[in-house]
Amino acid sequence: MASSGPQTCGPCQGKGLATFKAGVWRENPISIQILGICSTLAVTGRLENAFVMGGALIFVTTMSNLFISLLRSFTPRGIRMIAEMAVIATFVILFDQFLKAFYWEMSKQLGPYVGLIITNCILMGRAEAFALQNPPLVSMVDGLANGLGYAAVLAIIGFIREMLGTGNVLGHAVLPAEWYVPNQLMILAPGAFIALGFLIALSNAVRSHEPGQGRP
Amino acid sequence: MNETHVLIIVVAVIFTNNILLSNFLGMCSFLACSRQIDTAVGLGSAVTFVMTFTTALNYLIYRHLLLPGGLEHLTFIVFIAVIAGFTQFVEMFVERFTPKLYYALGIFLPLIAVNCAILGAALFMVIRNYTFVQSVGFGFGGGAGWALAIILMAGLRRKMGYSNVPRPFQGVAITMVVTGVMALAFMGFAGMVSIQ
Repeated sequence: MASSGPQTCGPCQGKGLATFKAGVWRENPISIQILGICSTLAVTGRLENAFVMGGALIFVTTMSNLFISLLRSFTPRGIRMIAEMAVIATFVILFDQFLKAFYWEMSKQLGPYVGLIITNCILMGRAEAFALQNPPLVSMVDGLANGLGYAAVLAIIGFIREMLGTGNVLGHAVLPAEWYVPNQLMILAPGAFIALGFLIALSNAVRSHEPGQGRP
Repeated sequence: MNETHVLIIVVAVIFTNNILLSNFLGMCSFLACSRQIDTAVGLGSAVTFVMTFTTALNYLIYRHLLLPGGLEHLTFIVFIAVIAGFTQFVEMFVERFTPKLYYALGIFLPLIAVNCAILGAALFMVIRNYTFVQSVGFGFGGGAGWALAIILMAGLRRKMGYSNVPRPFQGVAITMVVTGVMALAFMGFAGMVSIQ
């Protein structure tokens, strides 16, 4: 239930809002923690794919964080990795099957990258760093926030790459063909690396101007 | 069945379709472990080794167990279990029999279990409908290509230690941009061979 945002979190011991903000901006999974880079680069050639992937991540992080947190007191330490993997894989399979059943074209375009959500470091990272130590609801908020932070970065990169690479965004002409020659490079692999590199640099530059947020 | 010759697959997956530079797989450990050449060589060879064997293993399981049993929806979970189990097994085996190799490779093995390049190679093998020999070639070439990329990057990063990088770019950002330039250079190989 994605609706349990920060405001409905009485049971989160007041940690809801802080957790949410940390996930989306202060400790953004991509630009700060540098997690989940593979899919960030791979699916952002088109904004539409970026949206679907962002949605998938929001769903999987939220649900897996909730369930890993619910199971945390029964999971023996020795097998916790396997247990986490199993929970994560379950939700990824659910999403994959959903995509295959209702959006076959999209499923084909994303190719192996839906399955690769399992090894997306954000999921293991959040499970290890947060869900294992915190109660279910606040873990769910953490998962949701990290998913949103990830989806936001994906959307930005997807927008930039599709706009510069084709001149269109979601099928609408943004940069008119009269004077803009589409730079194919942006939708190819190097464009992805370079766009993300500049985005991280930009976010570092912005952060270094925030009071008390100077990055080393 | 896919008709491409296995050697073409090996060359293509190292140069034109490099698993890291054109499919973006294995970025996390690429960014984390490319500071020193020694580390890069160790991790690169461990990845090559594990990728070759898990791709073969996953092929056999997929063709002979999952496909006939109509269990394709379990693909992800089985693949990831095979990879995690295999790395665990190799780690124990290497530790028991060749302590020297263990100190060179062993510490990287746990990292590999969650390296998305390994799972990615297995998934590509399924999507592209490779035969057994092609899958082994793809796994080996994929690992070798990944190793090549990370070793090159380690060399470049050592060089970068002496250069004056603008502050916001320090760390990951510049590494990413440099990787982009490297991907651009590798695009020069395009046209040499191609696989889909």
